[in-house]
Amino acid sequence: MIYALLIEPFVDFAFMRRALVACFALSLGCGPMGVMLMLRRMSLVGDAMSHAVLPGAAVGFLVAGLSLWAMGLGGLVAGLAVALLAGLVTRTTALKEDASFAGFYLISLALGVILVSTRGSNVDLLHVLFGTILAVDPWSLITVAAIATLTLGILALIYRPLVVEAFDPSYLRAVGGGGGRWHILFLVLVVLNLVAAFQALGTLMAVGLMMLPALAARFLARAVWSMAAAAMAVGALSGWLGLLVSYHYDLPSGPAIILVAGICYVSAMVFGPVDGVLRRLLPRRHLAA
Amino acid sequence: MSAVIETVDLTIAYDRHPAVHHVNGRFEAGSLTAVVGPNGGGKSTLVKTIVGLMAPASGQILRHGLAAAEIAYLPQQADLDRSFPISVFDTVLLGRWRRLGLFRGASAQDRAAVVGALATVGLTGFETRLIGTLSTGQFQRALFARLLVQDARVIVLDEPFNAVDSNTTSDLVALVTRWHQEGRTVIAVLHDIEQVRRHFPETLVLARELIAWGPTAAVLTPEALRRARGMAEAWSREAGVCSAAVAAAPLRRQA
Repeated sequence: MIYALLIEPFVDFAFMRRALVACFALSLGCGPMGVMLMLRRMSLVGDAMSHAVLPGAAVGFLVAGLSLWAMGLGGLVAGLAVALLAGLVTRTTALKEDASFAGFYLISLALGVILVSTRGSNVDLLHVLFGTILAVDPWSLITVAAIATLTLGILALIYRPLVVEAFDPSYLRAVGGGGGRWHILFLVLVVLNLVAAFQALGTLMAVGLMMLPALAARFLARAVWSMAAAAMAVGALSGWLGLLVSYHYDLPSGPAIILVAGICYVSAMVFGPVDGVLRRLLPRRHLAA
Repeated sequence: MSAVIETVDLTIAYDRHPAVHHVNGRFEAGSLTAVVGPNGGGKSTLVKTIVGLMAPASGQILRHGLAAAEIAYLPQQADLDRSFPISVFDTVLLGRWRRLGLFRGASAQDRAAVVGALATVGLTGFETRLIGTLSTGQFQRALFARLLVQDARVIVLDEPFNAVDSNTTSDLVALVTRWHQEGRTVIAVLHDIEQVRRHFPETLVLARELIAWGPTAAVLTPEALRRARGMAEAWSREAGVCSAAVAAAPLRRQA
């Protein structure tokens, strides 16, 4: 019974296995990225970026049809352009990061919708917006895994300046540790991961697998590295359970995965050991010192 | 004595409006200097430029045999995210950045330096605490421990005793005095004139223009303080190009 519920779909169907592996790979990359975004107070920047990839994906769609490769490549170019432009504006003008991202992603989104409308409405377009994880082929699986690997490698290399820049940016600049270049590299990684997630979950859902596990992790762990590990675990769990929900109840897979991640987030917020709501509300006797 | 930092006709501007205007002078090696002046008088702007975070609009900063990044700098607290999940130990260990860089692990010597610095500022036992759990005064002590660990020849402090209790302030002032005795050059932006009189041999009075710079007793006269207070804080929108800048150097926009 439990086997049939939790395991069997993956044993029986190759597309379910590929989807599950894709979710695990995405969680490995997106978990720590989400934690860094959250700690840098850029949670909504991820959201803005996920909309920014839309015109690129639309161009890919118009040129090559429903090709994950073409749409992914277009999304990558559009996302990188917005990230770099917004980063540049933040560093060189009075606009703060949230404002400059808002400006460029809105332009990008409008452009994307106009591009899409030139071909009229199309059922396939639902796949662009809400993902096609049950149609992940071995090639996109390799892409997703490669991006996760690259993300973890680069994060390991720039972990120290990233953490310090989030915590005390002027100190990092004062000791000559740089600042701008780590930030740009980080934004590039955000776009890469969104494009990876977008192949599987769609543009609108992609950022969910990045931010929700990270937010949950804030209530589960205290240090940056343990938060990242917790976010990976929550992401993988959401992928697994979300796919099962989608399979058993015949629901779209992307939103199902994100909803499970959302349930994880709310549960962690209520029951989490680090500043969880219950912890705060339950009266506990104070300590001696 | 030899100068370690010199300002040569230094002007620093925000959007072309000078915050520091034609300042000439020198910080001697081993000197302990207070920078005082009215709000908006350019004190923080001056020290940010000394440590290389801002570029002069004209004139220059000469750092004799010293890279900007070799100067230990304590900014005003507002720049920091105190809710960040980082331990007191790791925060202080950041003082070793120039030795550790991006990749090197902390050696036993680095760790011992951190433990020693925490003991000096009275924070032994706080190593694994997250910085978010510290009080304002304890947090400032931790930042001073980071400065200790940096072991720099020149130390620049921007309003280091703001919102800090008197007990902590006197401990930290003692630390500043110790740095002075060790022959380090210390520059501190302060606003407590009595504190400056008691503990700081040199004073620089800045109100956009340099009002006075020299031995504290000679500089902190009622006349100098009155002139500093009289500075017009507002920019004049109609201000023309400064006549001294007409001859001028390459134009550069401020970031």
